[in-house]
Amino acid sequence: MSAPKPAALVLDGVRVDLSGVRIVSGIDIAVGPGERVGLIGPNGSGKSTLLRAVYRHLRPHSGGVRYGGADLWRLPPRQAARAIAALPQENHADLELTGYEMAAMGRTPHKGPFAADTDEDRAAIGEALRRTGTEHLAGRAFAGLSGGEKQRVLLARALAQRTPLLVLDEPTNHLDVRHQFELLDLVSASGRTVLAALHDLNLAAAYCHRLYVLDGGRVTAAGTPEEVLTERLVAEVFGVHAQVVANPRTGRPHLILNPAEPSGGGAAPG
Amino acid sequence: MTAPARTAAPAARGRGPVWPGCAGICAVLAAGLVASVCLGAVEVPPGTVLRIIARHLSGGGPGPWTASQDTVVWNLRVPRALLAALVGAGLALAGAATQTLVRNPLADPYVLGLTYGGAVGAVAVLVTGFAPFGPASAGIAAFAGALAAFATVYALAGARRALAPLRLVLSGMAVTYALSGVTSFLVLRADDPGTTNSVLFWLFGSLAEADWGDLGLPAAVLAVVMTVMLAQARPLNALLLGDETATSLGTPPARTRALLFLLIALLTGIMVALAGGIGFIGLVVPHAVRLLTGGDHRRLLPLAALAGAAFLVLVDIAARTALSPQELPVGIVTAVLGAPLFLWLVHARARDTSGL
Repeated sequence: MSAPKPAALVLDGVRVDLSGVRIVSGIDIAVGPGERVGLIGPNGSGKSTLLRAVYRHLRPHSGGVRYGGADLWRLPPRQAARAIAALPQENHADLELTGYEMAAMGRTPHKGPFAADTDEDRAAIGEALRRTGTEHLAGRAFAGLSGGEKQRVLLARALAQRTPLLVLDEPTNHLDVRHQFELLDLVSASGRTVLAALHDLNLAAAYCHRLYVLDGGRVTAAGTPEEVLTERLVAEVFGVHAQVVANPRTGRPHLILNPAEPSGGGAAPG
Repeated sequence: MTAPARTAAPAARGRGPVWPGCAGICAVLAAGLVASVCLGAVEVPPGTVLRIIARHLSGGGPGPWTASQDTVVWNLRVPRALLAALVGAGLALAGAATQTLVRNPLADPYVLGLTYGGAVGAVAVLVTGFAPFGPASAGIAAFAGALAAFATVYALAGARRALAPLRLVLSGMAVTYALSGVTSFLVLRADDPGTTNSVLFWLFGSLAEADWGDLGLPAAVLAVVMTVMLAQARPLNALLLGDETATSLGTPPARTRALLFLLIALLTGIMVALAGGIGFIGLVVPHAVRLLTGGDHRRLLPLAALAGAAFLVLVDIAARTALSPQELPVGIVTAVLGAPLFLWLVHARARDTSGL
């Protein structure tokens, strides 16, 4: 199979202003080849804005986004889209598209004007549907699918794009527990280099090699889940009390969360 | 784990083949064109009609039919039927493109202010009698009016960075309301009842002035716009998914939308200039065709144009024959037929998928 070669993504002092307000200020992030890196942080910490600067929806005010040495913002749009596939948090339900047609959209950056679908396109689409277990949804109307089915078809679209990099903005939003695991399992199995914003700290701990913590548009901590997810940090950044235990099955850190009030039997952080 | 790549069967798209529907529409269009040339106040048998057309195409002289039959068929009915087909195709294509432009299936060039821009231009010429280009003045003024409306709406909606769908609709509706007021004012000011009549007839749409000389320009514009839109079919598909997704698929949404808006303005301007304000085709036809083709522009655009052509040819037959010898404005017929058809489509859609 023609698996895309993994490559490194480097964010170098990225700063994004929206209507004169600085949302993201001077962020440095490096994602190694094949690595899955998670962005965590409270609402409004700049996670989505930072990701938008990576998949070229918001041009950084300063700083650079580099992939394999090339400045992503200087590449022609289609060439950049052959390097990075994204799952933004937008959902336009009024589409008259089938599951197959939605997945096939991933081939857009590979096709010039009037170019017909080739065997390579059909193979990429078929493989993406198979990997995401959505072959049976190919003929269904996308608008009529459940939330979990839609998200898997959208992931199929991103995989059909056959990019080395995958950028995901809260991919597990609105999914039930089983589908959350399922989707992130599929992302992991794809072997892509991943940069993902995640709300759920335990999912972030379970699926990411490294985490960056964003707060007020800045990186306040970075490292492996074990290094980052401490009681002190969770209290400072999220304002909740966390007890960190090891997941008995995976050995990865697992947070038991409680409100910040010093009530209850837990040892409040000092 | 990697399984060997297998080619997905076409049936996996979830749609039947599109060619039976396509063949059906082509058959209706062909039959409509023939019927349109045969029917009318002067009876001409179909066989004679075909022989007259064949004789003219081969550059021959008079045949065993009267000179008035020859004139009616070749100089009046054939150009009129062809103009109906071209205008219907253009309006349906403009409607389909507008629905993509504003990402809403309930839109047509009216919501962008283009149709009334054209109306103001033409009506101003008819009412004031100011005609620097002779008989072509109303058409030229309509085209200019549509482009002026385009520029106004573009500036109102796109002044800040991106051309967002909602701002486009709101700006377009504002311009439409303002211009429809101007049009009414101009009509009221016309003191000559004959002028008012011709203005009203023009506002409701008419193909009565069709002439061989009128066909070249809309055919060329239609061909150019269709070609450019088909070249952009994949970016247009991407626009349906939202601006962020479109960007991530390598389609710059603002730039693509600006090009699309310009193409719609050209198309609407030329069609309004030739045939006046014919409503409902841009709304109803793409909607109906989408049930058959889905949202993929590579299938939708050509079929919508064909269906629009067939629809307006049939409507024109009805407009000429329903109250014969009196002629109805085609815009009235499209509205009378289009409104119930549209409601039926909305219901069909609601059953079909998750609803509007």
